Amino acid sequence: MSTIFGIPPQALFGQLLLGLINGSFYALLSLGLAVIFGMLNVINFAHGALYMLGAFVAWLLLTTAGIGYWWALLLAPLVVGAFGVVLEKTLLSRLYKLDHLYGLLLTFGLALIVEGAFRHFYGVSGQPYPIPDLLRGGQNLGFMFLPNYRGWVVVASLVVCLATWYAIERTKLGAYLRAATENPVLVQAFGINVPLMITATYGFGVALAGLAGVLAAPIYQVSPLMGSNLIIVVFAVVVIGGMGSILGAVLTGYGLGLLEGLTKVFYPEASNIVVFVIMAVVLLIKPAGLFGRER
Amino acid sequence: MPDGAAVKAAMLEVSDLHAFYGESHVLHGVNLEVRQGEVVTLLGRNGAGKTTTMRSIMGIVGKRTGSIRFQGQELIGMAQHKIPRLGIGYVPEERGIFASLNVDENLTLPPVVKEGGMTVQQIHELFPNLQGRGSTQGTRLSGGEQQMLAIARILRTGATMILLDEPTEGLAPVIIEQIGVAVRKLKQRGFTILLVEQNFRFAATIADRHYMMEEGRVMDMIPNNQLAANMEKLHTYLGV
Repeated sequence: MSTIFGIPPQALFGQLLLGLINGSFYALLSLGLAVIFGMLNVINFAHGALYMLGAFVAWLLLTTAGIGYWWALLLAPLVVGAFGVVLEKTLLSRLYKLDHLYGLLLTFGLALIVEGAFRHFYGVSGQPYPIPDLLRGGQNLGFMFLPNYRGWVVVASLVVCLATWYAIERTKLGAYLRAATENPVLVQAFGINVPLMITATYGFGVALAGLAGVLAAPIYQVSPLMGSNLIIVVFAVVVIGGMGSILGAVLTGYGLGLLEGLTKVFYPEASNIVVFVIMAVVLLIKPAGLFGRER
Repeated sequence: MPDGAAVKAAMLEVSDLHAFYGESHVLHGVNLEVRQGEVVTLLGRNGAGKTTTMRSIMGIVGKRTGSIRFQGQELIGMAQHKIPRLGIGYVPEERGIFASLNVDENLTLPPVVKEGGMTVQQIHELFPNLQGRGSTQGTRLSGGEQQMLAIARILRTGATMILLDEPTEGLAPVIIEQIGVAVRKLKQRGFTILLVEQNFRFAATIADRHYMMEEGRVMDMIPNNQLAANMEKLHTYLGV
């Protein structure tokens, strides 16, 4: 078995792994977007900037306070989540009575401000973030070499995605969330504090982005532009998976990451656009997305 | 005045209630009261303000003035999610069964607000149709079963007062009968019920008193035992 379809297996598996890594970030980010969209009906354009913020919080914790990766994994999502709660309370919540477009515009503006601020202070060249000692090195799997850190990113994002899916689809709190997504007025009429749930949902959704940022820091460099590079593809993922669908966001995230990897092997020229071609086709055939429900 | 009216205290007192949807003034000074243990209906044509009165009680209507007192507590100005926690259960006209929740999840969704609610087993005895359907998607139930589920989920919460908005709308006569039996049983259990109905024949079989509504006002109150003597009046209000 020296080649598969004329491709050396190392190259194939290497690209598939890369696809899986990218897919992990697509899944984490589109999951947060889907949760937020479901509850708030807001397309959170600030998501990429908050992912970047998560990476920067980790980097700042390390460089200014010497706080390492594992604490950053906990603290950065909390900081980003708290920032999100403040944004929701002070700005977003004022727009719910208006057209959804205003939420999109507001979050787009916020993204520009946050990114602009970091670009002003840290420039556009990336800052390196070291791989934690525990996850240095790699495993020789026989058919390919798997760097430990990349393996960890895939496992961690899978666990987080599954846990989020479980919490939303199988727990009481998730039932409140699903019900409030469908009919917030009635859920409130049962005595549940829906505005608080909305704030918490936004905080949780952006905390996921912050977590993805920390996971990404050692792989990609920590740069003010890291979010905007990624977020366009993530929006395509959300559109393909179906707006507001949790499972759709996760599966589409991994699936498209892998597909991108495969395209890099077989037809590298198309690898940057394959996601968008699929998005166009899906929109033509199933406008609500693969897993979405027509509203 | 019906017998015993003066004995029992008013549980819900609505006085000079005005309600607005945006610019339009929908309720023009509604006055009514519901005493503990009573079943009271709001009768009237479409657009008379019956549903809006209920939504005003639950705090769902944006702007309202006047006074709504439940067990002496003023509801106007109270945070919306606190109103049901006083023990008021709401069964909306559109039933509001959640498509993304199964029957069990729909049934247990409203939080328990007070002690003394019915158990799931008691609820299944009252509505046998719901038994064994727990994992069915809520909106896959028939219309009648969805109505039963909409009532059932309130009974768990310990609410002492139930607002029932048109529970018979669009249902077959045999199902209407079942709902009627259930509502009578709830009355026997001591629930206080405010019922919106267009089907006054159904209302006449369960209610103690009827308020006639027209153009956002309460025009008249007819005790159920004087219904026969007031048929002519009733027909004018309902236009049947």
